[in-house]
Amino acid sequence: MVIPPDLRYTKEHEWVRLADGIGTVGITDYAQDQLGDIVYVSLPEAGKQLTQLAVFGEIESVKAVSELYSPVTGEVVEANQALTDSPELINDSPYEQGWLMKVRLADETEIDKLLTAEQYSDYIEREAE
Amino acid sequence: MSDVPATTLRRTCLYEEHLGLGARMVPFSGWEMPVQYGGIIEEHHSVRRAAGMFDVSHMGRFELLGPEAAAFLRNVCTYDMTRLAPGQGHYAVVCRQDGGIMDDVYVYCLADDRYMLVANASNADKIRDWLRQHRPRFKAEIADIHASTCMIAVQGPQALERLARVLDSEFVQSLKPRACAETEWEGKPLFASRTGYTGEDGLELVSPAQIGPRLWRALLDAGITPCGLGARDTLRLEAALLLYGNDMDETVNPFEVGLGWVVTLDDNAEFIGRAALLHDHEREPVRELVCLKAEEKGVMRGGYPILRSGQEVGKVTSGGHSPVLGVSIGMGFVPPQMAAEGTEFAVDVRGRHLPARVVRRPFYKRPKAGKESEA
Repeated sequence: MVIPPDLRYTKEHEWVRLADGIGTVGITDYAQDQLGDIVYVSLPEAGKQLTQLAVFGEIESVKAVSELYSPVTGEVVEANQALTDSPELINDSPYEQGWLMKVRLADETEIDKLLTAEQYSDYIEREAE
Repeated sequence: MSDVPATTLRRTCLYEEHLGLGARMVPFSGWEMPVQYGGIIEEHHSVRRAAGMFDVSHMGRFELLGPEAAAFLRNVCTYDMTRLAPGQGHYAVVCRQDGGIMDDVYVYCLADDRYMLVANASNADKIRDWLRQHRPRFKAEIADIHASTCMIAVQGPQALERLARVLDSEFVQSLKPRACAETEWEGKPLFASRTGYTGEDGLELVSPAQIGPRLWRALLDAGITPCGLGARDTLRLEAALLLYGNDMDETVNPFEVGLGWVVTLDDNAEFIGRAALLHDHEREPVRELVCLKAEEKGVMRGGYPILRSGQEVGKVTSGGHSPVLGVSIGMGFVPPQMAAEGTEFAVDVRGRHLPARVVRRPFYKRPKAGKESEA
């Protein structure tokens, strides 16, 4: 299971990559593997205000539907439009082409409340038991 | 069944094979079964395009033996099984006295005094008890062969061709649709029927459990892709084949779900549920199961409300994503006056209204094999 060291994680299996006040958000490799083939994702429009750890969308795999939780508070700048026609990008490339949205953070210190790669790795190991 | 501790789950004789192939195992009707090996969509396409196989050993299997085995089956099934000649099989339902569906079953006639009945895993115990309860009036015996046998379904346009590399090829070619026969494999008895639950051609095999793993490996070596319960569900949904517990249960009669064709009423034979079914057959139905195809992106699933002009008029019984059509499909009950092809509905997908339309059943029909491809 791939867990890039430079990202921060939620217990709901989202990741965020921070650069210049903008957080790019996606779901983890572990999450996409658990969900299986992803067939639909509903994402927020640009401009929408998000709250840290509140639901911002839904993701449907062949097997089931899951809710998506925002790792950060802020305003949606952009959603990944490529996912509309190719939701399988999330399975194929969860940390790169399969990103979900970019958010302008209201408070960058919020990042510190999220799990580090090491903490997330321990967390999913415990969850798998 | 998800709250049942893993230790109480039953395992088929192919359990170790599944683990060896890296399957993801899940609880299903009291059994620990593979839901997928690789990905569900990939497995789905392998069955639509080539050949896939499923461990269906969890399904209930009973042999009915004796001079009145056919009469016994006539009594418990809606279809007149006395019409079957040796080598023929037929689908039917088992009903309660009030016409409610207890299970849908497949019955195979092996000889005039020997039949096999295949029941759903979820209903196997219930059907075994029901058969035992009604058997004493007949000169017939019931043998529960669930644990002693292995059942593998091999399905897909190339299923027969690949099976012919493992089994006697003349035997494979001799089986007509819905036919069944027995042969030997590695010196052991093997049952085969040209039936399935995917909308594709193929065979279902029943062997002694002891040779199950060897047979499974031989089929793998013949290029047949192992497929799990996930693909089994998406395949049966595209073929609009019903799933007990979703699309029918004991509160549903066969006519409401389009199974009037498996109810024989014109032979005047007394069978369990006949009086109620005669009544159901003559009155106007109160609901009808239709096929729904989504017109936008989103996924309808079992239990979601079906809306017409903003009012709830029914519920989705089975729903999901169709890998072949690339959109969501489902089946659900609606009032009969709204069941016509083309009727527009919205499915309430957790608050979002997903437009859907009634389409002809099934969603997917396999291309007819041309004469040249049979050569």
